Amino acid sequence: MGTMNITMREALNQAMAEEMERDETIFLMGEEVAEYNGAYKVSEGLLDRFGPKRVWDTPISENGFCGLGIGAAMTGLRPIIEFMTFNFAFVAMDQIINNAAKTLYMSGGQFSVPMVMRGPGGAAAQVGAQHSSVLDSIFAYFPGLKVVSPSTPKDAKGLLKTAIRDDNPVIFIENELLYGVSGEVPEEEFTIPMGEGAVRAEGGDVTLIAFSRINHMLLEGIPEFQKEGISVELIDPRTVKPLDLDIIARSVSKTHRVVIVEEGHRFAGVGAQVADEIYQRCFDDLDAPIARVTHAENPLPYAKHLEAVSLPSVAETIRAAKAVLYRA
Amino acid sequence: MATAANRKGRTSNLGERRKQPITLKTLKPRWKRAMEELGREGLVALYRQMFLVRSFEQRCEQMYQQRKIGGFLHLYMGEEAVGVGMLAAIGKDDYVCTSYRDHGIALARGIASRTLMAELFGKVDGLSRGKGGSMHFYSKEHNLLGGHGIVGGQIPIGLGAAFSAKYRDSGQMSLIFLGDGAVQQGAFHECMNIASLWKLPAIFIIENNQYGMGTSTSRSSAVQDFTSKGPGYNMEAIMVDGMNLLDCYSVVADAVAVRRKKPKPLLIEAKTYRYRGHSISDPATYRKKDEIERYRDIDPISQIRSLMAENSWLDEAQAKELEREVRDEVVDAVNFADESPPSDVAERGQHVYAE
Ligand SMILES: Cc1ncc(C[n+]2csc(CCOP(=O)(O)OP(=O)(O)O)c2C)c(N)n1
Ligand SMILES: [Mg+2]
Repeated sequence: MGTMNITMREALNQAMAEEMERDETIFLMGEEVAEYNGAYKVSEGLLDRFGPKRVWDTPISENGFCGLGIGAAMTGLRPIIEFMTFNFAFVAMDQIINNAAKTLYMSGGQFSVPMVMRGPGGAAAQVGAQHSSVLDSIFAYFPGLKVVSPSTPKDAKGLLKTAIRDDNPVIFIENELLYGVSGEVPEEEFTIPMGEGAVRAEGGDVTLIAFSRINHMLLEGIPEFQKEGISVELIDPRTVKPLDLDIIARSVSKTHRVVIVEEGHRFAGVGAQVADEIYQRCFDDLDAPIARVTHAENPLPYAKHLEAVSLPSVAETIRAAKAVLYRA
Repeated sequence: MATAANRKGRTSNLGERRKQPITLKTLKPRWKRAMEELGREGLVALYRQMFLVRSFEQRCEQMYQQRKIGGFLHLYMGEEAVGVGMLAAIGKDDYVCTSYRDHGIALARGIASRTLMAELFGKVDGLSRGKGGSMHFYSKEHNLLGGHGIVGGQIPIGLGAAFSAKYRDSGQMSLIFLGDGAVQQGAFHECMNIASLWKLPAIFIIENNQYGMGTSTSRSSAVQDFTSKGPGYNMEAIMVDGMNLLDCYSVVADAVAVRRKKPKPLLIEAKTYRYRGHSISDPATYRKKDEIERYRDIDPISQIRSLMAENSWLDEAQAKELEREVRDEVVDAVNFADESPPSDVAERGQHVYAE
């Protein structure tokens, strides 16, 4: 079983290409996805390979083309709708929430919406308040949507293929800062099921839970935890919804202490839900209240130094880990 | 004022044929009137402003390479006549909003280059103390209601300012700048209808630089003449040459004169061109070199410079002197921004809620 070393960008590209090869009802639509090969080059070469019937450049009309995807999904096609970034999905929110999420239910099971909405989400580098929103919790709030937030090329490929085959609308949130990150990906065909997390690092003192880019930040920070004498176990649930509570519970039964680190805001963030699930299921296992490290409660500022103090950091996570370990 | 209907048949595509720079001989009566109205002093001032926008942005490019500016940087170069000409025709009390391509609009609104550069450097003396950045210039003092990052996001905001002006019976106008790409957002259509239905003092200005990122208008719009969007909303619409300062100025001056007393909206399409890529990270390989050359031939700044020379309003030596002054101003802005301190980290939590 060979592997190849490819970037996140290539992994996503391969997932789409393989699935489009397999199923002719799959098409890709979004701004600059065809002739420009994608604003972040994720769809590079797909127009050449599949032609203009399968790969569509749209006008800047998110509500329109996202809704178009839903209608197409209700009538036999399997759209992949790319948002150039998820910040622009706000313009399409009515279609995503009122139609993508609710149509199967409202129609009493008659119309499913097999569709993937994907693109980068979260903060990039100094792109300011309107281009840095973290939307995971907003989508996860609504029954009917699944939310995927991968951190490695392998997961991105395996999960995107699964998302495309899923008969539900799937929100697939990539991360701009991870597009160039490389990793080993199996050469042969594979998929990764939703709702199955991964252990990124094994350790005994504290369980850290993180999605997407934050996993990389924490992995790189492990030596700093070690310097403090803290052995961390890092869990990457990979999909926000469904959430793999089993893998979290297993870790908590070992460490008894949890720090949830997320790029989104604290209030009503994904971490609040994860914490609640842990309290419900693992209350007796916990030796300390769960700590959370989040995006500060302000829109993301442009200035570099203000941006840095708004986003979660390793230093802050170490402080939180010490708190749950009752070490000053 | 010509409407879309009575201009039917006129092709609007400057890009297809080579346009000649304006000269005293080719001045249309409306432009001649604008020249007289502005006078030597007025026109030199606008020339200076256009040159300032150009120099400021050339310096921004350098500062970006030196990593003093980060994030996205969308340059207005080539489009100077639109912002400078149109904003010269309104008053201090009028409202303005635009997209992320907002440097030219902010400078034309009279905001100090120092303050803008400090914002781009993320410093405390910036317009928003470094919290906005290139795409989000706001100035209450100048009634600039923002540079907006979401395509089309500013349109309802500008409509709201027009509503507010009419509600308060203030006689103010609201100028809403948007790109050709933004025309395809639902917000544009919703707001066109409301503005017309309620006779709001809003001027919608489509800065048609013919591309939204890498997508030309022929690939994003079912019609190429955006003034055709007016009649469907029962709104007057007019096409202007966005490379021609006098055209831009005079159309807005005329429109405002009528509308102050009796509010109603107007749609303007300004055909223009951006010299650079969509943002600093876009190499713009989707455009042919000769297309750019065609617009360089009718560069908005050189056109006014040679017109003024021809009219003996600004000779070569005077122009050079003025340009040196402007360049010095920009260097001063950079030095100012360099020396301005970063804001205190506590600034992070300020202004999330009104106190
Ligand atoms: C709602 C939304 N969709 C997509 C984008 C990404 N984007 C930024 S600018 C742009 C092109 C806009 O073109 P146009 O309106 O013609 O303005 P120009 O940049 O030419 O001034 C796109 C697609 C965005 N910022 N907002
Ligand atoms: Mg444009």
